[in-house]
Amino acid sequence: MSALTRAGGLAATDYTLTIAGENAFILYLATQQISPTAAQQIALAATQLTPMVGQQLVELLPSYASLLIVFDPLQHSHLSIKPLLVQALATPVNLLGQSPAKRVELPVWYSEQSGPDLLTVATAKGLTPAEVINLHSNMCYQVYAIGFAPGFAYLGELPEALTMPRLSSPRATVPAGSLAIADRQTAIYPAASPGGWHLLGRCPIAMFTPWQSPAMPVAVGDHVQFIPISEREFTLLGGTL
Amino acid sequence: MSSLRIISPGVLSLLQDAGRFGQGQLGLTQGGPLDQHSFRWANTLVGNPINTTLIEHSVGGLIVQAQGACTVAVTGATLPLSHNGHAVPCWQAIHLAPGDELALGNVSQGLRVYLAVQGGIQVAPQFGSTATVMREGIGGLLHPAADNPQHRLGGHKLHANDCLPLASTNLTRVSLAGATKNTMPQSTPVAPLPPAVTQQTLPSAAILRLRIIEGYQATLFSAIERARFYLNPYRVSPKCDRMGYKLTGSAIRCSTQQLLSEGISAGAVQIPPDGQPIVLLNDRQTLGGYPKMGNVLSLDCWALAQATPGTEVQFAPISVEDAHNALQLDAARFTREAQRLGLTSALTQPQGRHHD
Repeated sequence: MSALTRAGGLAATDYTLTIAGENAFILYLATQQISPTAAQQIALAATQLTPMVGQQLVELLPSYASLLIVFDPLQHSHLSIKPLLVQALATPVNLLGQSPAKRVELPVWYSEQSGPDLLTVATAKGLTPAEVINLHSNMCYQVYAIGFAPGFAYLGELPEALTMPRLSSPRATVPAGSLAIADRQTAIYPAASPGGWHLLGRCPIAMFTPWQSPAMPVAVGDHVQFIPISEREFTLLGGTL
Repeated sequence: MSSLRIISPGVLSLLQDAGRFGQGQLGLTQGGPLDQHSFRWANTLVGNPINTTLIEHSVGGLIVQAQGACTVAVTGATLPLSHNGHAVPCWQAIHLAPGDELALGNVSQGLRVYLAVQGGIQVAPQFGSTATVMREGIGGLLHPAADNPQHRLGGHKLHANDCLPLASTNLTRVSLAGATKNTMPQSTPVAPLPPAVTQQTLPSAAILRLRIIEGYQATLFSAIERARFYLNPYRVSPKCDRMGYKLTGSAIRCSTQQLLSEGISAGAVQIPPDGQPIVLLNDRQTLGGYPKMGNVLSLDCWALAQATPGTEVQFAPISVEDAHNALQLDAARFTREAQRLGLTSALTQPQGRHHD
């Protein structure tokens, strides 16, 4: 994608704008797959449209290979807003002036005690628990999307060697801070909730703190590295089982 | 500061403003009133800007007591309303003296009721809105004095003995507090509305028509599946709440089941693997990966949210132009009615902005 390295705008062939209700378009990238390139393009599109939020737009919702664009239907119509979007998306962005993607380190206590599926995953993949931990923590992950619940960040991509389908029967409660994997994705559950992912450990850092600003340590486009820590360090960082 | 005390919250009472916008990137949903028509009217009848915090009540049983003089209005579903034990009509402003009780009976038609107080219920917005989203633990009444920050969080439904702080009563901006009202004895209707307005979001016909703007993955459904979707009636199932309304009827198949999760806009009609459509409403999840046929027009979502399980619905496709036309006509009708009643309205304010 040469357009990206030049920090130019999106070419009209890179995306389509599809109707998503009376007050929205959804931008789909031409290629619908999870990839760092797709994430970069979505981040670029979001950057280009962000100045319109609060003016013509109400909300932007990025995901893996799409961007939901919401406007006020009493102020604008699809017909009136589309040319503005196309124009903004084609405008080159000076990425030097933009806040760059952060690199965030998140401590994780990987263990059978804190991650009840660590052994199951190791057995299923023919690995030792230590090898699972190494494989998982040696990767730098990209934040592809935030959703499902407040602060739930979808990180990818998980090494092929750790790919596991979701649990056939989801747990009624996954504890807050649980580090989990499913398919080619990994995430930390920000709050206790039902969940069907495999649990490998626990992170003592809160992923969503409504009374703090920013409320989340990560944003879409950021990079995350997990740092293995001991039970003692987990406790010292405020973690509780 | 004056307040409104909850004697009984009834089945479900939530503080709501127009909704939370621009926070989807944190995974926060929209919230806000399910029936925006009734929400607007409740606020407008007491002279509030549209985006003012009020109580959204479902099913019935809410009883409140005024701790100071205040003006309230109740709109939405049809129910018996009593002021100190005397029947009073909905869809009009009612003056409460200190100690007065207002009791909402059980709904006989519709589900959602809106109780607005002049000047609005004064709670601090979280992430730009006071809208209560229970699933997220965000919005509504906060408990800032609690020692544990977790306990200061919102997302609570209203409980007995909750005291809702009100704005001081001598508001100068309230247009309603004009000559008309001041010459009237207490509890006399200030601004009765014609029945045509009050009935707008309550199911009047046997079948509730849900107009759909096709979009998202509509083209992934075959012509046969689309015909099946539009030609057959569906019923509201018991799985209906602020997140969405699950419908039952002819199962719809989609050629693709595997989609990357993507942003879900209001009214999206999701077709999960069982083929039974779900209309996603205010508290919907922000991202999802099921194929979507399009979105139900907001005006019809408001009516759907008033529908009880068993209600028959029928989808009908409309163009975006027709959708915009319907929205503009609805806004114009609302403004005209408000003006005719001597009330001001500000429907054109941008969504998600607080005006107080």
